[in-house]
Amino acid sequence: MRLDRVLYVDLSRRSFHVENRPDLFEEYLGGVGVAIRLLAEECPPNTDPLGPDNPIIFSVGPLTGLFPMASKTIAMFKSPLTGNLGESHAGGRTASAIRMAGYGAIVIRGSSETPVYLAIHGDKVYFRDASGLWGVENSYTVGRVIRELEKGAGFRTIMRIGSAGEKMVSYASVVVETYRHFGRLGLGAVFGSKKLKAIVISGKYSIKIRDVGYYRNVYDEIFNLAVKSLLMKKYHDIGTSSNVLPLNELKALPSFNLKETSLENAENISGENLAQKYLGRRIACSHCPVACIHLATLREPYEDEPYFYKTTMIPYDYEPLYALGSMLGVTDPVEWLKLMDEVEIQGLDAISTGVTLAWATEAYERGIITSNETLGIELKWGDSNSYREAIRKIVHQPNEFYSALARGVEYAASKYGGLDFALSFGGNEMPGYHTGPAAYLTFSTGSRHSHLDSAGYSIDEEDAKTGVNRTPKEIAEILFREESWRQILSSLVLCFFARGIYTPEIVVKTLRVIGLDTTEESLRKTGVEILKNKYLFKIREGFKPDLLRIPRRILEKESPLGILNESFIREGIMEFFKMLQ
Amino acid sequence: MVKRLTVLDTEKCVGCQLCMFACSRRFGEGGFAKSAIHVKSIGGVERGFAVVVCRACPSPPCMKVCITDALTLRKGGGVILNSSKCIGCGRCVEACPFGAIFWDDEANKPNICVHCGYCVNYCHYGVIKLKE
Ligand code: SF4
Ligand code: SF4
Repeated sequence: MRLDRVLYVDLSRRSFHVENRPDLFEEYLGGVGVAIRLLAEECPPNTDPLGPDNPIIFSVGPLTGLFPMASKTIAMFKSPLTGNLGESHAGGRTASAIRMAGYGAIVIRGSSETPVYLAIHGDKVYFRDASGLWGVENSYTVGRVIRELEKGAGFRTIMRIGSAGEKMVSYASVVVETYRHFGRLGLGAVFGSKKLKAIVISGKYSIKIRDVGYYRNVYDEIFNLAVKSLLMKKYHDIGTSSNVLPLNELKALPSFNLKETSLENAENISGENLAQKYLGRRIACSHCPVACIHLATLREPYEDEPYFYKTTMIPYDYEPLYALGSMLGVTDPVEWLKLMDEVEIQGLDAISTGVTLAWATEAYERGIITSNETLGIELKWGDSNSYREAIRKIVHQPNEFYSALARGVEYAASKYGGLDFALSFGGNEMPGYHTGPAAYLTFSTGSRHSHLDSAGYSIDEEDAKTGVNRTPKEIAEILFREESWRQILSSLVLCFFARGIYTPEIVVKTLRVIGLDTTEESLRKTGVEILKNKYLFKIREGFKPDLLRIPRRILEKESPLGILNESFIREGIMEFFKMLQ
Repeated sequence: MVKRLTVLDTEKCVGCQLCMFACSRRFGEGGFAKSAIHVKSIGGVERGFAVVVCRACPSPPCMKVCITDALTLRKGGGVILNSSKCIGCGRCVEACPFGAIFWDDEANKPNICVHCGYCVNYCHYGVIKLKE
């Protein structure tokens, strides 16, 4: 089935149609390249992110279904958190399901008056009544119900929101296959605003290849690289949570809202400890041999009945360990797992939730807010029970304060004060790397304000080892090149963990398999163009690089590369944007 | 002895579906339209996966219900499909007690495992194996 088929679904009219868009897929491959063009087409300037005009775009790429680890789906929308470009990637079975259903992209327009869930089975699209599912508190339950109702087990993806999405918390996530997420930037709230509870997608179309022998050869080369690589070992064995200890060692693990840069009991919430004591199962995204998804087993006794236990599987990764662990001082692994579980049940982004609560805790400590605002909850470092209660209140927003928290740390701090220690960049709560200037340059310049945009932290980590000093311009150049190349990876929807395997040379080979003759140079050019397209959108929606807020707190705390200097970071930002002109 | 595909330990399965993709790749295709092996979660991925493969029955129920004799007994158990005789009625799918016959919607024919073992090469976790 051709990749360039775009499914347009209109929730207001309950109609759908398919259009072939070779114009987009030929020029921009798929994934982010195509999604940003569709977003620019579909999203009118200054659209209310929670209004019916905000579209949801999903896209996959030309390698999906053909090669390992082309397993991500790109979601684009206008973010209710930042009021600007919303882009989020998720794995699970999303990508293969969309491709096998016969689509390269799906555009969702409009908004439903009553709760609905979409069932897309190949060429058929059903608008199913979801009034019964609306209000079901637990995102796990929603998945369980739809699993029974819909066909396509093994060939399908089930995306759904929890209460946070229904209540339009600005950083509500969309949960896929129970343990993966469109986590960042609030896609869940956009679902909620459209009364869209879930989407199930399945299909079994094939993808034909002309030169079968060459296809199998290139496939085997990638497969062998993947299973023998060190990367495979790192992400499979301990997973991303293997970062906790080295970052702690480096004094780059933001803790207690970055009042500290390391944690006394970091081993407790380290990947090593979790793997030893709690790891229950590892699972993989469709078409990925690495199996990096780690699920911990939490066994809790029922209070009222002896010898009765509830066993829950809870996913863990580095970022949530940082945001809900070190940032909040929650170092007891069982308490951390319970907190994580709450975040999953409600369907929230773990990073934004943790960073927002960390700000609230410090604000409470300083008396900027009191128990009047928190409705009696005592926010205290390490007190996971209070945090769980606060999370439920963020979702249900019983007063102005919790409504403010539900809009993210930047909004809450603008309202109550304490912006100096509100850790967000471009309106997005920061990831867990106090490694040095390059990390913060990534958070500032990255088009999603995510550590994954250009991985500045890895430059810092290297410099901390080698003692190299770089100028802002030098860092900006590396970041620009990296983010541009990552546009190609995410237009091919390759998992970033596989970036070491999918070198430009290998990428060129895989594209030859599907009949696309290209070169590294031309791909890099396309990458730059895609990045520019993203920034065109951002600037259209009011993004101003010179007005980017740099939270004071990051300048006060020594990093592995010393105390950071604001003008250094500002210069780097300006250098980066010069390259975008 | 002729070999057959067997499942050693589903607990080790990570649900990567590389085996399913491999099976369709025998025909040089992407996706899993032609796959004769199926991996799905047992009621949610947290509970693990079911790996459904042909058991190579010595007296295959699927063969018995085929009205055009498109399925004949394979040496070592299981069946061989003669596509040109198959009319796509789908009775074999219903007859298999393991649900191990899958359907190629595009060709409107069953996907029958030939126990070639190609998929085994791509299972990094030792879940499946060719056995005598
Ligand atoms: S043994 Fe061969 S035919 Fe059977 S499932 Fe594996 S690859 Fe497919
Ligand atoms: S390749 Fe192995 S681990 Fe992967 S789904 Fe198949 S049986 Fe499971």
